[in-house]
Amino acid sequence: MINLTTPISDDQIRGLKVGDTVNLQGTVLTGRDAVHKWMIDTFIEEDRLPEEGDRDVYNAIKPLLHGGVIYHCGPVVSGLEDGNYKFVAAGPTTSIREEPYQGRVMQHFNIKGVIGKGGMGPKTLAACQENPGVYLHAIGGAASLIAQSVKRVLGVYKLEFGVPEAIWVLEVEDFPVVVTMDSHGNSLHKEIDNRSKNVLEKLINLA
Amino acid sequence: MQDLIPQFLELVRLAATSLPPDVEKALVEAAESEAPHSAAHDALETILSNVEIARKNATPICQDTGTPIFYVHYPTGWSTQKLKQQIRQAVAEATHRSYLRPNAVNAITGLNTGDNLGDEHYPTIHFEEVEGDVLTVELMLKGGGCENVGAQYNLPDNRLGAGRDLEGVRKVALDAVYQAQGKGCAPGILGIAVGGDRATSFLASKEALLRTLGDSHPDPLLDELEQTITQQANQLGIGPMGFGGHTTVIETKIKAAHRLPASYFVSISYMCWAYRRRKMTVSGDEVTYA
Repeated sequence: MINLTTPISDDQIRGLKVGDTVNLQGTVLTGRDAVHKWMIDTFIEEDRLPEEGDRDVYNAIKPLLHGGVIYHCGPVVSGLEDGNYKFVAAGPTTSIREEPYQGRVMQHFNIKGVIGKGGMGPKTLAACQENPGVYLHAIGGAASLIAQSVKRVLGVYKLEFGVPEAIWVLEVEDFPVVVTMDSHGNSLHKEIDNRSKNVLEKLINLA
Repeated sequence: MQDLIPQFLELVRLAATSLPPDVEKALVEAAESEAPHSAAHDALETILSNVEIARKNATPICQDTGTPIFYVHYPTGWSTQKLKQQIRQAVAEATHRSYLRPNAVNAITGLNTGDNLGDEHYPTIHFEEVEGDVLTVELMLKGGGCENVGAQYNLPDNRLGAGRDLEGVRKVALDAVYQAQGKGCAPGILGIAVGGDRATSFLASKEALLRTLGDSHPDPLLDELEQTITQQANQLGIGPMGFGGHTTVIETKIKAAHRLPASYFVSISYMCWAYRRRKMTVSGDEVTYA
């Protein structure tokens, strides 16, 4: 078991290999479909003008993401009425939907770790090598368990995207994840896909 | 008509926070079948700890509490309009109490309604009038990750060499499991409809999922096909979460639906390991849950 605390250095990232189990500590920001599209459209490709407050959000999250971690998660949160937020359930969502965006988002913000489930594709794997960075797999559906790793909600941005799609800034302790894509070009997902494809072809061609 | 809002609320709470016994038992067996200290084994152990925590704390098993899908079998004379109103109120209250995540997003504006009340299809409620005086309501919560990896094939499928027969059904089912990899939160349960039109085929594939794990299909031919698909899917080696391993599919459930001569649809609804479905029975003043 490897302990990692944000911000994470390039050396620490290069030391991680597919299969390593990691206990993550520090600051994590949630961001999924709406957030990735918003980052790309507004601040990376800049083909949409920032809405009111967007620039402030960008300036607030930029230092948190530098050497930081983004988590593909749409949580269940209590305390919405009084702002006394508490994470009730917070497992990962399927990451592959962010494949068109993730590599560029990692490079723009210098993100070191992406947490999600199901793995990502070649663009993200290339960004993991170049940046460098890693993909960290959380256990899909283990929402009540993972919520216990969230010690405090430090803030929330873009709540107008809805509770599941907002950027939640979290302090986590012993967040359990597994490295499934590393900075050396290895991907467990690519490997399992290839292997299962060979078996599938044999099974389909059975008389 | 009775006010059943508190009872519907309890049904939602149970479904979201307490995994049914047949599913939990299957996951325990899956954990035992994987090599100790393997990634597959550890993933299943984490899943089982999570199930326990969720039940103890009455918090959602998975944060994606999915589309609430209700199957209501009501006695003659009951008002479906009132049942619908009560179900919708219970769903909104369950969201307020954090048993459900606000999940209803306006597809055009992107705005989340915040209370899980969307248009007439959200939450989904299927009504069926029955004889006698017992009301039964089944609730399935199906998350987006597994719903996204569902698939519909129209046989013959030349790419897979799948013809219009049960052998063709086997081939497309295995292809769907391969395509899903770990993205639908494996190990999953397959609900497969053979036949129907595009809409009724998917409908029947979800109804197939309402069966209890461990039961057998009454038709020996389909029973055999269910077992073959499960056993061969597990040879793919995708495993829990796609980490590799023996358990990719827990069980397969098939339902046949009449089709047009021109169409031969095979629809696959993939259900994640967090197979949340609960049933409520109302007989006079007595309400029971299973």
